[in-house]
Amino acid sequence: MNEHPAPVRAAPPIAVRMDGIHKRFGAVRANDDVTLAIASGTVHALVGENGAGKSTLMSVLYGMYAPNAGSIEVFGKPVQLRSTHDAIAAGIGMVHQHFMLVDTLTALENIMLGAEPHALLRRAERMVRPRLTELMESTGLRVALDARVGDLPVGDRQRLEILKVLFRGAKVLILDEPTAVLTPQETAHLFTVLSRLRDQGTTVILITHKLDEVMRLADRVTVMRGGRVVDERAVADTSAALLAEAMVGRKVNIGRPSGVEVAPGEVVLDARGLKVIDALGVTRLHGVDLALRARQIVGVAGVSGNGQSELLEVLSGLLVPQAGTLLLAGETFAPTRWLTPRTARRLRLAHVPEDRHARAMVLDFAAWESGVLGYEGLPVYSGGGFLRRRRMRGDTDAMMERFDVRPRAPELASGNFSGGNQQKLVLARELGQAPRVLIVGQPTRGVDIGAIEFIHGQLRVMREAGCAILLVSSELDEILTLADRVLVMNAGRITGERAIEACTEAELGMLMAATAHAEPAGAAA
Amino acid sequence: MSAPVALPRWADVVVLPLVNLAMALLVAGAVVAMIGQDPGQVLSLMIRGAFGSARGFSYTLYYTTTFIFTGLAVAVAAHGGLFNIGAEGQATLGGLGAGLVALWLAETLPAAVVLPLMLVASAAFGAAWALVPAYLQAYRGSHIVITTIMFNFIAYTLLVYLLVNVLKAPGSMSVESAPFAEAAFLPTLHEALARIGIEWPSSPLNLSFILALIATAAVYLYLWRTRAGYRLRTVGSSAGVAEYAGIRPAHQMMIAMAISGALAGMVGMNEIAGVNRRLLLDFVAGAGFTGIAVAMMGRNHPAGILVASLLFGALFQGGAEVGFEMPSFSRDMVVTLQGFVILFSGAMAYVLAPALSRLIHGIPGIGKRGTA
Amino acid sequence: MDEILAGTLIASTLRLATPLILCALAGVLAERSGVIDLGLEGKMLFAAFAAAAVGVTTGSTLLAMLAACGIAVLLSWLHGFATVSHRGDQVVSGMAINIIASGLTVVLGVAWFAQGGQTPAVGGDVRLTPLWPGAAAAFPGAPWFGAIVGEGLLAHNAMVYVALALVGVVWFLLYRTRLGLRLRAVGENPQMVDAAGVSVLGLRYLALTMNGVLCGLAGAYLVLAQSAAFGPNMTAGRGYMALAAMIFGHWRPVPALWACLLFGFLDTVAVRLQGVRLPHVGEVPVQAIQALPYLLTVVLLAAFIGRNVSPQALGRPYVKER
Repeated sequence: MNEHPAPVRAAPPIAVRMDGIHKRFGAVRANDDVTLAIASGTVHALVGENGAGKSTLMSVLYGMYAPNAGSIEVFGKPVQLRSTHDAIAAGIGMVHQHFMLVDTLTALENIMLGAEPHALLRRAERMVRPRLTELMESTGLRVALDARVGDLPVGDRQRLEILKVLFRGAKVLILDEPTAVLTPQETAHLFTVLSRLRDQGTTVILITHKLDEVMRLADRVTVMRGGRVVDERAVADTSAALLAEAMVGRKVNIGRPSGVEVAPGEVVLDARGLKVIDALGVTRLHGVDLALRARQIVGVAGVSGNGQSELLEVLSGLLVPQAGTLLLAGETFAPTRWLTPRTARRLRLAHVPEDRHARAMVLDFAAWESGVLGYEGLPVYSGGGFLRRRRMRGDTDAMMERFDVRPRAPELASGNFSGGNQQKLVLARELGQAPRVLIVGQPTRGVDIGAIEFIHGQLRVMREAGCAILLVSSELDEILTLADRVLVMNAGRITGERAIEACTEAELGMLMAATAHAEPAGAAA
Repeated sequence: MSAPVALPRWADVVVLPLVNLAMALLVAGAVVAMIGQDPGQVLSLMIRGAFGSARGFSYTLYYTTTFIFTGLAVAVAAHGGLFNIGAEGQATLGGLGAGLVALWLAETLPAAVVLPLMLVASAAFGAAWALVPAYLQAYRGSHIVITTIMFNFIAYTLLVYLLVNVLKAPGSMSVESAPFAEAAFLPTLHEALARIGIEWPSSPLNLSFILALIATAAVYLYLWRTRAGYRLRTVGSSAGVAEYAGIRPAHQMMIAMAISGALAGMVGMNEIAGVNRRLLLDFVAGAGFTGIAVAMMGRNHPAGILVASLLFGALFQGGAEVGFEMPSFSRDMVVTLQGFVILFSGAMAYVLAPALSRLIHGIPGIGKRGTA
Repeated sequence: MDEILAGTLIASTLRLATPLILCALAGVLAERSGVIDLGLEGKMLFAAFAAAAVGVTTGSTLLAMLAACGIAVLLSWLHGFATVSHRGDQVVSGMAINIIASGLTVVLGVAWFAQGGQTPAVGGDVRLTPLWPGAAAAFPGAPWFGAIVGEGLLAHNAMVYVALALVGVVWFLLYRTRLGLRLRAVGENPQMVDAAGVSVLGLRYLALTMNGVLCGLAGAYLVLAQSAAFGPNMTAGRGYMALAAMIFGHWRPVPALWACLLFGFLDTVAVRLQGVRLPHVGEVPVQAIQALPYLLTVVLLAAFIGRNVSPQALGRPYVKER
């Protein structure tokens, strides 16, 4: 795959040069001294894990964020990109992962919006239509111009986005994870179009984590990790395996305590054929099978957005799948009568959700009120319809002590704690009811290092106590540190399963980054 | 959505509402000055009218009673994440409920039976009237603001219809029912005090004031001491969190609106059983909307609502007194002020917050506390 | 006999529907741009007061209309300041405007005219008069034609025709011009409009300005064409009814027009049927007909389930990403 001949070209001019870009969000360095040069008329891939800084970098290039330091040149000219307007004027166009389209307008109206050549729409349309038809012919991006966007399938909407950007005269085209929502057929078509655009002189920047796609399409590739560029080379000089290693990086199994091997127990949760289709008609889970055993941590690795969130919600009763069965504590659930959060708690399944603020705590509640959320109906916390507030306060105070939540102030509003302390409070609550099954999403997101160690320790204690744990994390390190068994999710499927001893970084990286292969069934509508 | 700027808790709970109230008063004062009156004189007349005599103070408390009910109604719905603009209609129905019981039973049954039944009917009618928009919001997604507005008008026309076609006293010219029998009279304060030998000037203040105080305490207990209130507040803060906690948002919306409507309905006890003692039109007189201002000023807390109701009670009573003294002053000034309060404490609540935040954080020594 | 009834019904329907049409169009413009406008009632009321006050004092129709539009635009901008610039709650702001208007018009009226909140009637020369006063009698040979066209359609003042024409204008603006495309887009997906380099704030303020002018015209109509004088709360819920008509018309000008005409017709019928006994039916309760617009709106809202016809970004303040 990595052996196709390097394109023979006489050093093409540089389309975009970003020099020494720094971008901070509060204390987080999203981009740390990033320098990038992209040759005109090439496809340049930007790869990295979640949070590597690639989307931030491209948002800087598209004028959405002002960098804290650094300079940008477009086609040799220094530019100040204060708004997307400036970027468009400089010839840069971006296709966002979440489409910037108005569903109720037609495709043509969406393309014209903001760039209408005449005050009267009919006139404007008459002026635009021939140009668009020509553009569609030359690029192969065919879209029904008079269809309402809301009625178009996802692939068409993406073509429409690209068309919109090209129509505005973009010479540099940024695509953010363009294949995330596409079927394999649509992906193939997109790649044909992109190669053709490159041949016609358009510069394409492809943000992606799918290394097969990089190998298939790109000329050069830049690998980012932790806000920095860690590698840059011609695609001809690398391989998917090398890229995977550069992308995931670092040491293996650091921080994993040796010895203490616990034999896993019986299966306590068994899910089969879980299938979820979202509101857009995109299949998010393609028949996932999963079994959790007592005294075992199963880690789910993968780039986020590949179905992990849906898996967490289905298993905790927040989302009813379209198909599948679930066996939990001797009860069987089917989509017609799925698990509810309340039943889940009754069956001693606890859930630490990915998004604390949207799910796990009421920010304007005092800590002691958030400390019993979901368990307020237990006889210890309420009787005769009234809350047992002294007990709630006491228990929360004890939780805060046990999990070292600071400040230890049960009266303080939940929203006034730092992220790490909020997370510790949520964990204390969910772990405190001695669950048999624990579903955990991103347990250490936004948490400082000291708290991370502590949280990992608590999860191990739960395992030793006999709990079956499902751990979803976008931090591969975290999974390698904690899990006994690792599953890799990609495009709504489990693409690999390994015992921890059998894991290698490179192989996991490959499994996470592989492009899903075409299947006869299951293509998105 | 939480406040975009962080204020210390004391500033958020006490200072900001006072600043917003001050802004409203300031603008109202400017209007008074603009129509050629002396705001200071108006203010002193108002205070004297509202608090300067036993009679005036009784009137103030009578207005306060109604505003407590509607303010609590708006607040309970707000804690469930709903904006109830329909307290006006719910109060109308509450009065109808009380009135129907009175007309039906007061001739034959004693007050000890009739009055509790009237209370139950007023609350039940108000709750039922609120439950239809609640159901449509919870299960059909119809915007509750629009439906409650529509229900205000429907309530009004329903009352007109019943009064004109069904309940009008035979031979009477005015659109009102026959007077109730005595068993349906909720005793006024001076009647009650006269019974134990204390003389008190006559006023419309009646025992529903006690009922309002009980309702205030009950709402406090419900919201912060019961499991049901805990769940309601969870839903009001975030439907996503509620779902995670196994609480059904739709169910809680229905409960919130039922309670809200019942509270608004109890206005009927004050106005119909306590004061008018017959069923008539317009007895709510905009109190449902005053309730919005009261709830906003009181920050949806029963204690705050008590204070805000007293303030508006005083404004209505004082405004009426000023109207007698100064013919070119309209008591609708109070309605205007009510609008300014909603504007400044509700719609523009966060316009002044950043400035206040800068001010507080600019003063060394304060502003550090409370924001961990 | 029948043709005369038909003619007066048509005439009265049009007259009563005119302020509704103007307000409903105002609502369409604001809400299509993503700003909920509960304040139609208050703006129309204040505009009516301004028209009466200025009409009485200056004796000029033009100044009265300008004052009405001016005050309504100012209130629209207040709404914009609170909700578009400062992201305040749009529903609350609209309510505030309604309550301020209902109070302040009386306060000012009492202070300036000392008639319990009423204003004196504006002079006959200030009032709007039928464009073709002889229209009803112009077709002596054809009684049906004379009644329906002459009396029903042609006996109105200019504002009635302006309101009808404005339906077409607003329709054209929304669906046939660049500005309309942007207004429709900003109510659906402001992020996209912003990304396309068009100011979200600018579009919303523009929509609110046009909204104010239309509310002003509606208020001026009430005084200059209908009542001659301003009276406390003279709008009597017409602003809310216009809001209902707008929802009924799925936020589109032409269907909203039909809804306004329907509501105007119901209003006409309610007045006509007072105390009338119909064969087979008996006495129709007038209140049932009066409540019908509100009931219909509730039923329609309940039937919306699953089909989101309101603008997607309606009521959501736009927060630009850092």
